[in-house]
Amino acid sequence: MLKYVLKRLLSAVFTLAIILTIVFFLLRQMPIEGYFDNFDKMSEAAIQSKLRQMGLNDPFFVQLKRFFADLLHGDLGASAKYRVGESVAVIIRQKAPISIEFGLVSMLIALVLGVPLGAAMARSKVWDRFGTVFIVLINAVPSAIYYIFIQMYGTQLLGTKMLFDKTLPVTWILPLFSMALGNIAYYAMWLRRYMVDEMTHDYVKLARAKGVPTRRIMMKHVFRNAVVPMIQYLPTSLLYTVCGSIYIESLYSIPGMGGLLVEVISLQDNPMVQALVMIFSCIGIVGLLIGDLLMAAVDPRISFVKKEGSR
Amino acid sequence: MPEPILSVRNLNVKFSLRGQTLHAIRDVSLDVMRGESLAIVGESGSGKSVFVKSFMGLNDKNGWIDSGEILYEGKNLAALKSEKEWGAIRGGEIAMVMQDPMTSLNPLMTIGAQILEAIELHQRLHGAEAKKAMLDILRDVGITDPEKRARQYPHEFSGGMRQRVVIAVAVACKPKILICDEPTTALDVTIQAQILKLIKNLIAKYHLTAIYITHDLGVVANVAERICVMYGGDILEIGTAEEVFYDPQHPYTWALLSSLPQLGVKGEKLFAIRGTPPNLFGEIKGDPFAPRNPYALKIDYEERPPFFEVSPTHKARTWLLDPRAPKVERPEIIRKLSERRLTEHG
Repeated sequence: MLKYVLKRLLSAVFTLAIILTIVFFLLRQMPIEGYFDNFDKMSEAAIQSKLRQMGLNDPFFVQLKRFFADLLHGDLGASAKYRVGESVAVIIRQKAPISIEFGLVSMLIALVLGVPLGAAMARSKVWDRFGTVFIVLINAVPSAIYYIFIQMYGTQLLGTKMLFDKTLPVTWILPLFSMALGNIAYYAMWLRRYMVDEMTHDYVKLARAKGVPTRRIMMKHVFRNAVVPMIQYLPTSLLYTVCGSIYIESLYSIPGMGGLLVEVISLQDNPMVQALVMIFSCIGIVGLLIGDLLMAAVDPRISFVKKEGSR
Repeated sequence: MPEPILSVRNLNVKFSLRGQTLHAIRDVSLDVMRGESLAIVGESGSGKSVFVKSFMGLNDKNGWIDSGEILYEGKNLAALKSEKEWGAIRGGEIAMVMQDPMTSLNPLMTIGAQILEAIELHQRLHGAEAKKAMLDILRDVGITDPEKRARQYPHEFSGGMRQRVVIAVAVACKPKILICDEPTTALDVTIQAQILKLIKNLIAKYHLTAIYITHDLGVVANVAERICVMYGGDILEIGTAEEVFYDPQHPYTWALLSSLPQLGVKGEKLFAIRGTPPNLFGEIKGDPFAPRNPYALKIDYEERPPFFEVSPTHKARTWLLDPRAPKVERPEIIRKLSERRLTEHG
């Protein structure tokens, strides 16, 4: 088990290095105009001196080596354009916590609402109809539209301000709920699908044949077995929730990092882009690993130890 | 005189499929005697599985009992509606061993837990007592080192071992009737005999009434005291194993026995029944086997034959047994079977 985790982590380091190299390379292919706000009015000498200052005139491999050397010393560099001169680490440390907190809480809400909805859909026709309508609406209508509706009518209903206020918990409700909506639909849809699938299995027939009450069959056999394939995706789903909240964060002006990556890419702020890509990749890779470990914890058929040869 | 434990009276079971109604069981009556071993044989689609599943309310949701009664200890099971009512019958009164051991067990529950579930429900034992009963049953079905095996999951068991567990689950319910739905079809030939022997022993040990469903006449010869031949949703012949095997009356039974590889002559083509089983969507007039029956009389196409009694235990639904029917020569294989019986049993 430990050996397996170490192996996975080691391969994760390689994966990460490859991702960073590719991103690093692609960023260096960008037109140099992008590094300057007033490129047209600058003299050639000024441009060259600025590029030299940013280290962009060195050969690619020298730049890459410098980047990895700094990284190994724990230095993510300074922002080049987003907040000129400020340490990337500091910026991210300011913005990450609120996004992660929002992500976690909204995922919790999604689980608390989505799982029972999915289970109810698998069991009753009425709930299935209702849930299907909900899921189709959430998936078919562009989220920007219902986010705005929720903001408009929700704030009226709650009688609160339109925007997020750190000191006013009431203003947290709507963005959290909006963020959860997509996941509620997602969890409900997949849980329903897996439960309906499990219900057709022979072991459910055997459980019926031995006289197990329907409720108990649903809880102990069907639900439990249906949750297993979902558990694997929970950590990745958290990642998506955290980085996918761009629109909601801007709608309620939450100072998170949801839109940060897009913003720094359009600004061509190389150090920021590299650092964010690294963080998101890390979360992604670790998320998958945790997903696999969770899966192994709940499914006895999965083992990381070499098979002894079962009888 | 043995008394019936289960009495089926004029049972009709129908299914609704793609807007059409399929008449799967057609006016069938049967008495299952307490303590006997009865085998229901028939080809795929003959309705044998649907027939016994209706004793436990286990037919698919699109199926229903249209008319008739299933009397079990004075109670009409055909009138049961909710899953809750059936809960009192399933397991505790009538239990079932399913066909495919590879998929019949919950892959995420230990073997022990799955047997315990049955014990706690039906024997009302809990804690250490229940655990002891569970280990006893595992030992009963021939699983060595039950303490260790009970903590394992189905994927750690072979097919034969899993079937033993499925049997253990059924027996743990302490039923009065044990239905074995093709218990050996999914198993290796080498394991089949072991499993049949195990079921036989358990039936004797717990004084169970057994109903086997199978299309394997080899299995039938091994385990059954009485045989019931089903075709097209109807019972065509019923009798003791000896009567049905050595003195079959219905042309369908003749055809069935003639197609046994064991009875064929080496080097000759194996006998096969011509044609296809009847379409159960439509109405069947007369004897369902008539269109495939070379001995069919005109009346076979028109009127359903009644049961003609050959002996107090042996009945067959064929007009050939009517005194007015022309005498027909039975197939040679069947004649040989009857002769063999005479020489063997005096």
